[in-house]
Amino acid sequence: MAHGAADPVLDVRGLTVEFSTEGGVLRAVDDVSFEIGRGEIVGLVGESGAGKSLTSEAILRLIRCPPGRVRGEVRFRGQNLLTLGERALADIRGKDIAMIFQNPGASLNPVFRVGEQMLEAMAVHVPERRAALRRRVLEILGRVGIPSPGTRARDYPHQFSGGMAQRVMIGMGISCMPSLLIADEPTTALDVTIQAQVLALIRRLARELGVAVLLVSHDLGIISQMCHRVLVMYAGRVVEQASVEAIFRAPAHPYTQGLIACLPRLEGTGKLGAIGGAMPGLAALPPGCRFHPRCPVSEPRCRVEAPPLGPLRPEHQVACHVARPS
Amino acid sequence: MTPTTPLLEVRDLVKHFPVRRHPLAALRRAAPARVVHAVDGVTFEVAAGETLGLVGESGCGKTTTGRLVLRAIEPTRGHIVFEGEDITSLPAGRLLPFRRKAQIVFQDPYSSLNPRMTVGAMVAEPIRVHRIAAGAEVEARVRSLLDMVGLSAEYARRYPHELSGGQRQRVGIARALAAGPRLVVADEAVSALDVSVRAQILNLFVELRERLGLAYLFVSHDLGVIRFVSHRVAVMYLGRLAEVAPASALFKQPLHPYTQALLAAIPAVGDGSTSIFDNPARLLEGELPNPIDLPRGCRFASRCPHRMSQCEEVEPALREAAPGHAVACHLYTEGGTP
Amino acid sequence: MARPLGADGRPFDPDGLTPEPAALGSRAALHRWWRRFARNRGAVFGLAVFLTMVAMAIFAPLISPYDPLAQGVGTPMASPNTAHWAGTDSFGRDILSRIIFGSRVALIVGIASVLLAMVVGVTLGLVSGYYGGLVDVVIMRIMDGLFAFPIIILAIAMMAVMGFGVRNVIIAVAVGFIAPFARVTRGDVLAVKEEPYIEAARLAGVSSLAIIFRHVLPNVLAPIIVQGALRVSGAIITESGLSFLGLGPPPPTPAWGRMIAEGQTFIVMAPHIATIPGIALMIAIVALNLLGDGLRDTLDPRMRR
Repeated sequence: MAHGAADPVLDVRGLTVEFSTEGGVLRAVDDVSFEIGRGEIVGLVGESGAGKSLTSEAILRLIRCPPGRVRGEVRFRGQNLLTLGERALADIRGKDIAMIFQNPGASLNPVFRVGEQMLEAMAVHVPERRAALRRRVLEILGRVGIPSPGTRARDYPHQFSGGMAQRVMIGMGISCMPSLLIADEPTTALDVTIQAQVLALIRRLARELGVAVLLVSHDLGIISQMCHRVLVMYAGRVVEQASVEAIFRAPAHPYTQGLIACLPRLEGTGKLGAIGGAMPGLAALPPGCRFHPRCPVSEPRCRVEAPPLGPLRPEHQVACHVARPS
Repeated sequence: MTPTTPLLEVRDLVKHFPVRRHPLAALRRAAPARVVHAVDGVTFEVAAGETLGLVGESGCGKTTTGRLVLRAIEPTRGHIVFEGEDITSLPAGRLLPFRRKAQIVFQDPYSSLNPRMTVGAMVAEPIRVHRIAAGAEVEARVRSLLDMVGLSAEYARRYPHELSGGQRQRVGIARALAAGPRLVVADEAVSALDVSVRAQILNLFVELRERLGLAYLFVSHDLGVIRFVSHRVAVMYLGRLAEVAPASALFKQPLHPYTQALLAAIPAVGDGSTSIFDNPARLLEGELPNPIDLPRGCRFASRCPHRMSQCEEVEPALREAAPGHAVACHLYTEGGTP
Repeated sequence: MARPLGADGRPFDPDGLTPEPAALGSRAALHRWWRRFARNRGAVFGLAVFLTMVAMAIFAPLISPYDPLAQGVGTPMASPNTAHWAGTDSFGRDILSRIIFGSRVALIVGIASVLLAMVVGVTLGLVSGYYGGLVDVVIMRIMDGLFAFPIIILAIAMMAVMGFGVRNVIIAVAVGFIAPFARVTRGDVLAVKEEPYIEAARLAGVSSLAIIFRHVLPNVLAPIIVQGALRVSGAIITESGLSFLGLGPPPPTPAWGRMIAEGQTFIVMAPHIATIPGIALMIAIVALNLLGDGLRDTLDPRMRR
């Protein structure tokens, strides 16, 4: 299936998020650019503090500005979301772009029945009669794998387990037939077997309905099994960007290589490759390449000059002096 | 204690938590009190210097088991035997020697350290409590403990809020080792850490085990972590053991359908060419049954792809299917096809 | 490989094995606290007034222009003038001197009673919260009983039983404040008790008593200190109320409450006799409240804004 062959559903260019704090201006997301085509799943991977959640929130303008400040372009079906008026944005959010978060319980109102919430969410965007909407709710609940949708629609959120609640969220998300789904750590709080069901569902949505998906996760395993293309983020910057095969078969950036080596595999043991130290906080960023203090192959140049993100091969970008001497 | 006596022996351990009933419900009829069957008859051993990985999904009882073993919560029934001594009903006053030899490392590095105590004071406390050293020697021991976990001695004067997650976890480990335990229960000890830090701490666990001859009861939901750190693995489901085997055997040839499903569901780092999520037939359907009202027969039957008629009637016992490899499944009890 | 340098010129420590120098130590923490506190102008005012009161109380004999007990040092009931900045009362005593000495009573009773209430209340709260069960129920029901009485009624009752004297005033006022301290402490203890580091101490074999005083207490101290600061003003008001009713320290010891009572009769002819002590009392209370609020905001960042 040709992904993104036509115009991309989401086209992010130079996205930058800054915060003014007592200590000055901190740049939490620094010049991030990528595209997502129809039916394509793009992964944003990084550890906590890398800026991946902020990137997804910035796309939907969920960041409070001030103290935040978002720059760049986020083109969704031709329109720049960052400059859109509030009403037009509210129209798009929830209908054309759906977002699901890590904790499904937090996004569901505990005092309303689940079916009602789904119905209300749809009623805002879809001009149909309530009876028709009710039928749609049941149909969607069935589609996301909730058994006995008729009964379950009348339950309250606390009666749903984590996995079921997350499916309800996905259901709500797709109820208005969005073109783009942003999933921020959607399965971190779920058990492995339930996680598999939820992720399989997302995969199916992309494959069968052509939904473009931005998947944010710290779990490299999930990223490698779910995504078509991957962006690796470190301390607010993209350090490597390529197809999933390229990233996992031939990772170019030392951080990516280190991350992959860190993972305990199921096949063998032996000492885990670890990356010494920890990701620097935004207020204490090292000069030059942000990764250089932890980098096993850093050169004197890395201390001074931040490497730009550039093509190593076609469709494989990396920001590293060693991997891509220029 | 002879060389062959296991360090820790757990026999038919049970923990039921009472469910709070609506006061009116008690008036309606004399229904039996309902309980959450958190741990429902668990038997296993840990040899000195061995790492037993306890793995399962949420609600399986692995964390509760870890707590029970340390008498952090009181068992409803069953026996805990440590170094040949049955400590199950020892009164709190007599537990001190046991507390010295069995310790715990917690999951959350942020709440497992007292925010108002310095690192040095926290690590020194077990030393003082168990009167292992006094005066200047305490400080020397603290320094060597910090060094053992990879922290420079200057950290002794710091407070937890000045440390990163990985550093705090190292302090937690140093504190656990301060009294010189023989068994350490690691309760999801790396789950709250970032991937790269997690690898560092796992390496540390292994290094300390070699150096000090420690036995670990390593509780985790992460099979990759369990595989890396365990000698033997016990898989729990809804309060009972489903399978117990040496780590390599469990991962190469899982016998219990639940273990198989668990392994199939893990998104291991592939090369990106295929996706396990495109093959839903291999993935488990359904949800965990209610731990209060358990089904009759095998607890896994409702989700098991190999379900037979007797699975819904009789609960299978944990039996050895191969040397050192025990399973609780009817498929292996009378020539069923595995 | 040479040690790379961080953005601030210090060597970057990739493994985090050596902590950064003592810029993060406790002295810097005090600095930060002071800066945060100082941003609240009301709190700084409160602190200034409080310190002035303390200075007044300590150096009273030195700074007081006249002997507060000496009668007839000026024309009785004279309004404020150059010789007597606050005027004189019906006995010809200098009011300013009496106010200065009156601050002694106010501060001594205010602080001592709060301290006493704190020690008793916090201990009860610690025991009640940590052990729970029957102990908790019994202690809390007794506290509920204490809560039911308005402090001033309680104080009057106790004075009636115990008799007069500064010491009894302190005890009487303190009793009224035990219950709030116990309750605040218990609430925080219940929360702290569940933290993993408490369980860690228990599993390490630390005795319950050691856990309570070495682990739990330091972590519940902050709100207690704030409570204490806020209650001092209440204690001073209670003491003034008692003095006003004639139950405070017996005459001729100057006490602001009694000065107000004495001035009541002359409120039309010589209003300054009652008003000026009233103003002094008001300033003290407002200042102490501002100080307490400032302390709360500084020590408990969650409640800010």
